[in-house]
Amino acid sequence: MGAQLRVYRRRMRSVKATKKITKAMELISASRIVKAQQRVAASSPYANELTRAVTAVASLSSTNHPLTTPSETPRRAAVLIITADRGMAGAYSNAAIKEGDQLITALRERGLATEAYLVGRKAVNYYRFRGRKIAGSWTGFSDNPNYAHAKEVSEALIAAFIADAETVETGVDELHIVYTQFKSMITQIPEARRMLPLEVVESDAPAGLLPMYEFEPNAAEVLNSLLPRYIEARVFNAMLQSAASEHAARRRAMKSATDNADELIKSLTRLANAARQAEITQEISEIVGGADALASASAGSE
Amino acid sequence: MATNLTVEVVSPEKRVWSGEAKMISARTLEGDIGVLPGHAPLLGVLADGMVSIKVADGTSQEFNIHGGFISVSNNRVSILGESTD
Repeated sequence: MGAQLRVYRRRMRSVKATKKITKAMELISASRIVKAQQRVAASSPYANELTRAVTAVASLSSTNHPLTTPSETPRRAAVLIITADRGMAGAYSNAAIKEGDQLITALRERGLATEAYLVGRKAVNYYRFRGRKIAGSWTGFSDNPNYAHAKEVSEALIAAFIADAETVETGVDELHIVYTQFKSMITQIPEARRMLPLEVVESDAPAGLLPMYEFEPNAAEVLNSLLPRYIEARVFNAMLQSAASEHAARRRAMKSATDNADELIKSLTRLANAARQAEITQEISEIVGGADALASASAGSE
Repeated sequence: MATNLTVEVVSPEKRVWSGEAKMISARTLEGDIGVLPGHAPLLGVLADGMVSIKVADGTSQEFNIHGGFISVSNNRVSILGESTD
């Protein structure tokens, strides 16, 4: 076997091994998307009910709650960015980080300082590498978040929000979230939303007139305990959607990697075949040439 | 009364139970309340504890709710719980 042919064969082997890996990852992600989607769907009754309830209290009662009234002189804003822990998902994490950067730029233009709260190792690495300040970070659950994770993140955010931004160094006046919305298997859109102060204009909230609720014990009290739950539910929903998007992005990235590997294997096979043919042709012509030389040499000696 | 309450018990991760019920009793921060069909719209904070539901078919269901709410409107009752079991 000639040197050229051996080189081609070796490359083909390595590409085939890579293809096996990407194919496996594609299949794993494909199966996990479905699960992640189901979890998004399963969490929506709770989120919808909460949204409805919060809308009711916020619009019906005249209570001025710190969580619903915007500060007149906002100084700082917290930005929660949700990304993946692992790579191999195409532009998924980068898209969210970029959306976050845009939001931060917009906030800075309004004269607000920003505090970055990060979910997912990718965002943490990005910020750490650039030497940016991180106010809080959580890693290790991006592809399968549960409610306890969302609660942990929300508690830190709410604590920062409740702290007075004028006096406390870490206090914030606004709370924004950047996550990747799962539209469908093929479309996921990075999205920035303001969570606090509240703007209760949820499109998925059931329309129609809200009944005149009685509050037990009273509207302020209800709002007090309702709002943290609402933030948790929002964060949880964002995490679930991001997880579904992460799997979808990974599946797509791995699919195109597998396709590329296929292509590469095909062209390498062609090259290897050509190299083999060339080798054979050369051997034949060497033999023929050798035989000719022998024949003419023996003819000359007689 | 002929009408029943349409009840949903939901936790953040899933819908725990849903169905028709005759009566619900729960404990809010202010004390126990009972909800029958035709109850006025209500939004209440639940104290940690049991919520019991008298299901329309005569059986009864009990849920241990933590960090929960009850919302009642037009014979629709939603019980939200951070943890339900």
